[in-house]
Amino acid sequence: MRLGCNYISVSAYLYIMRSVFLLLTLALALTLHAQENYFVTYSHELEEPGNLEIEAKSVTGAPKDGNAFVATALEFEYGVKTWWTSELYLDGQTTVGESTVFTGFRWENRVRPLLSEHWINPILYFEFEDINAADKAMLEVVGHDGRTNFLARNDRSEKKREVEFKLILSSNFRGWNVSENFIAEKNLAGGPWEFGYALGASRPLALAASAKPCTFCRENFALGAEMYGGLGDRHSFGLRDTSHYLGPVVTFDIPKGPSLRFSPNFGLNDNSNGFLFRFMISYEIEQFLSKLKK
Amino acid sequence: MRTAKKIPMRWLTQVVLALFLARNLYAAAGDGEWLRKVPPKDRARANPYATDPDAPVAGARIFAEHCASCHGEAAQGKPDKKHPRPNLHSDRVKQATPGELFWLLTNGSQRNGMPSWSKLPDAQRWQLITFLKSLQ
Repeated sequence: MRLGCNYISVSAYLYIMRSVFLLLTLALALTLHAQENYFVTYSHELEEPGNLEIEAKSVTGAPKDGNAFVATALEFEYGVKTWWTSELYLDGQTTVGESTVFTGFRWENRVRPLLSEHWINPILYFEFEDINAADKAMLEVVGHDGRTNFLARNDRSEKKREVEFKLILSSNFRGWNVSENFIAEKNLAGGPWEFGYALGASRPLALAASAKPCTFCRENFALGAEMYGGLGDRHSFGLRDTSHYLGPVVTFDIPKGPSLRFSPNFGLNDNSNGFLFRFMISYEIEQFLSKLKK
Repeated sequence: MRTAKKIPMRWLTQVVLALFLARNLYAAAGDGEWLRKVPPKDRARANPYATDPDAPVAGARIFAEHCASCHGEAAQGKPDKKHPRPNLHSDRVKQATPGELFWLLTNGSQRNGMPSWSKLPDAQRWQLITFLKSLQ
């Protein structure tokens, strides 16, 4: 096992995943459901202060001329203040016929500059990521990212230390959430600023809560759609040689339990992967530190 | 050679006292301060679920899911060093109009640790208010 070089063996990875599942099972006893509506797009909903959300966000695909893969980002999201949420991601992936690798970490922060609710609510997003070129989590698409990124065999030699900024704009009205994200990313080792976007809209299937306790009530389901893609870089801004995806998103919030989310994503041009399937499970531990102190 | 100016101890004490006073005034202002921010139009809004017989029960479920961890299972409030979690049986909640409570749930009182609940659809926020009013 060579943790220092971002390489771990399959058994070590399985050990970590088993431990994570144990932690999640423990958390299940104390949990409520998650809050976000999408996979790539962010809305202005921040984590409630003191709450910790543990989330496993996966994407799987079989790129044309490449090997099928499953990539997972394990996320720990903590509400520091009502206006500030901080998150740590640990990324890994398995590619069929190649290997299972830990691909790096990300640390992100979201800050709400306007404290009250408006028609459009801006959120400022800052992220530092230290990942390698084998990362396939696809938490965003920027620049000229495309299908060819998935064709090389798991290449962990290229390190990417990047900063990423997002302007998140989001509105809630008549039960709908509509969110728009503008993304700018830069590799600290060089290279131009790369740009991307993500758009999403979603709505619960019922707006009022039912009086009887129920698991499969319509209000526990939300249906939406999201679209995301690259916008080139500083030298070649635009849609040329970029990839784009569109897909529906279904969320199921199990009362007093976890949230599940699914989204089949369809590539919109030749540069995109034809089909991706995203799935996610998340648990929210309310007032995490208070529970620890007890 | 330039010598550093000494700050008189008396000034320092006064600054610390002023900061302490300002902090306490700020904390006191936070206690119900949100009520003064509610626009008259919002204050006057009527609760469309006020007479719905199912609303208090549905509101209780929403409360248990989203609010009880901070405000307590029985809405009795919880002590907290930074942001005490208010007792929802209080006179302030009793006297607040449904419109004022709806405004608070929508915007939160973020300096006092209360987040915005705009992620809940309007209908659920009104059901929650019907439940809160039923506590009185």
